[in-house]
Amino acid sequence: MKTNKIGAGNLFLITALFMLLFGLCFGVLAAITYIYPEFLKSTLGFISLRPLHVSSALFWIILGATGCVYNGLQAITQQTINKNIAWAQWLLWVFSIIGICTSYFAHQFGGREYWEFNPIWALPIALAWLLFLVNFYIHSEKIRKWPVYVWMWLTGLVFFFFTFSENYLWLIPYFRQHFITDTTIQWKVNGSLVGSWNQMIYGTAFFLMDKIANSKKVGKNKIAFAMYFLGLFNLMFNWGHHLYTLPTEKYIRYIGYAVSMTEWIFFIKIIYTWKEALNTIQKHEHYFPYKFIMASDIWVFINMGQAILMSIPAINLYTHGTHITVAHAMGTTIGINSMILLAACFEFLKPCRHQKIKSKKILVSAFWALQISLLIFWVSLNIAGVKKGIWQLSTPQASYSQMMSTLQPYFIVFTLAGIGLFFSFVILITSLLKPFIKNVTIKPSYE
Amino acid sequence: MKIKARHTFLFLSILFLAYSISIYMQPLSNTGNTSFNKETAAQGRLVWQKYNCQSCHQLYSLGGYLGPDLTNVISQPKKGEALVRTMVKTGIKQMPAFTISEMEMSQLVEFLKSVDASGNADLRKFRKDNLGMIEAHENK
Ligand code: HEC
Repeated sequence: MKTNKIGAGNLFLITALFMLLFGLCFGVLAAITYIYPEFLKSTLGFISLRPLHVSSALFWIILGATGCVYNGLQAITQQTINKNIAWAQWLLWVFSIIGICTSYFAHQFGGREYWEFNPIWALPIALAWLLFLVNFYIHSEKIRKWPVYVWMWLTGLVFFFFTFSENYLWLIPYFRQHFITDTTIQWKVNGSLVGSWNQMIYGTAFFLMDKIANSKKVGKNKIAFAMYFLGLFNLMFNWGHHLYTLPTEKYIRYIGYAVSMTEWIFFIKIIYTWKEALNTIQKHEHYFPYKFIMASDIWVFINMGQAILMSIPAINLYTHGTHITVAHAMGTTIGINSMILLAACFEFLKPCRHQKIKSKKILVSAFWALQISLLIFWVSLNIAGVKKGIWQLSTPQASYSQMMSTLQPYFIVFTLAGIGLFFSFVILITSLLKPFIKNVTIKPSYE
Repeated sequence: MKIKARHTFLFLSILFLAYSISIYMQPLSNTGNTSFNKETAAQGRLVWQKYNCQSCHQLYSLGGYLGPDLTNVISQPKKGEALVRTMVKTGIKQMPAFTISEMEMSQLVEFLKSVDASGNADLRKFRKDNLGMIEAHENK
């Protein structure tokens, strides 16, 4: 691989695709332990597979978003970003990823859910992020009137850094000694971190829509700005919806509830603009980016509908702590984040330029296999979740292990659908990486 | 647009900071619970993280999905400290047997005691109010 010929943005995208590949492998293995508890128990076990899966998936999203922001900035300003800073940033990431994965293999933990690694590895990540901020600042200065997506990228960058630091307040005993406050902060962080990378990824989706349509309609649109601020408002204040059953201060739960309900506005907006979006001309060379953006739109619709319902406390009582929450997490990270990131990969890495029509057909099949597998995956988790939800509220209550054994059939379907997801993704990833592995020089997309 | 994007951004950010700070100050107004040792419990939280119990277990329904919620395991009939000690040493199903020192074990137990004392996570104890918000009844 001649990395010197690859632009910094694409370097991050390619690294992100490798993380996705790892995430998928660990995800399938972890799912198998649901069915066969003894599977790999003496070596890795679920205890390591889950963090390996989750961290890889998060790094796919975060590194992918980084690649999108860099590529987007370059396309807008028609200038290359500072390569040295980007390289240093990339090296810091690779260093911490290697450290984190090795420690998981060695059963060394010490962090919190989703960030189970020893906090020491958060330092290179934070440093890498600071470099990202610096590079963004140097570059965004060149843009005169910011389109909405540049605002969204900035928001994602700044809030990720703030929240990621907040994620380590538990190191201070003052916070850790108060379980309820500590847990409140933990879920404040989780909510806002997701909001932060969503800003970067939805920003990319807006950017791509303008690029595909060769217009500036989305970026300068007043409604897009209104939606951006509503998104920001939710990033900041809606996370209380994770904590309805936690005996934390009442106002936190009411604010979370009230703010979450403003998401209905997004939901109605999607239905309202649906037809318009579907009529956008799909240009031949943007065939796959367009397809993936459209797919993400449908997944936004499904997941947001579910999420808003789950944010109503009386409904949340049934979904909280069940696999419905897992379905929601998978539906959003795969259905929305990954679809948009794949759209961006197809746009920026331009694999189709080097491939024959025959492989395009395979890609279309992989695209559909991905959507169908995800749907089955999502439905089976939801059914398992509903069953657990009913169990949680029933008196008298069967034992936990009895309840879990009635969920087995759904876990089997879920695992099979997961294998389907794995193969569909692998086909797409291979086609995206093939030109690079074959040593074809790719010109950076801004040229 | 008269109100520029950056004004709205700054305004919201200030609100967010104020909200965050109000949360950081919560421990100051909370009177301590005496049924457990605060320092030991805070150490126990680190043990909980060190052995990654959270990847399979939930507290207040937050956490992993393989094992049962452990918020009130300390005070549940037929469960309690003894069960925790046995389970951690023997493991069950996907849960491995942990090699854990006696000191870590007592810190872990103290942590679970502090969680238990903070409230009740049995979802059947919750009631809806008029706005659709839920509140736990029979809270400890
Ligand atoms: C790899 C997953 C996993 C990890 C990690 C794990 N557990 Fe478990 N745990 C389980 C499973 C599965 C059960 C049994 C569920 C059943 O009865 O079917 C269980 C049961 C228990 C029980 C019995 C609960 C009851 O109500 O019967 C306790 C107590 C417990 N675990 C404590 C811990 C502690 C403490 C840790 C961390 C040191 C831990 N577990 C780590 C999976 C795990």
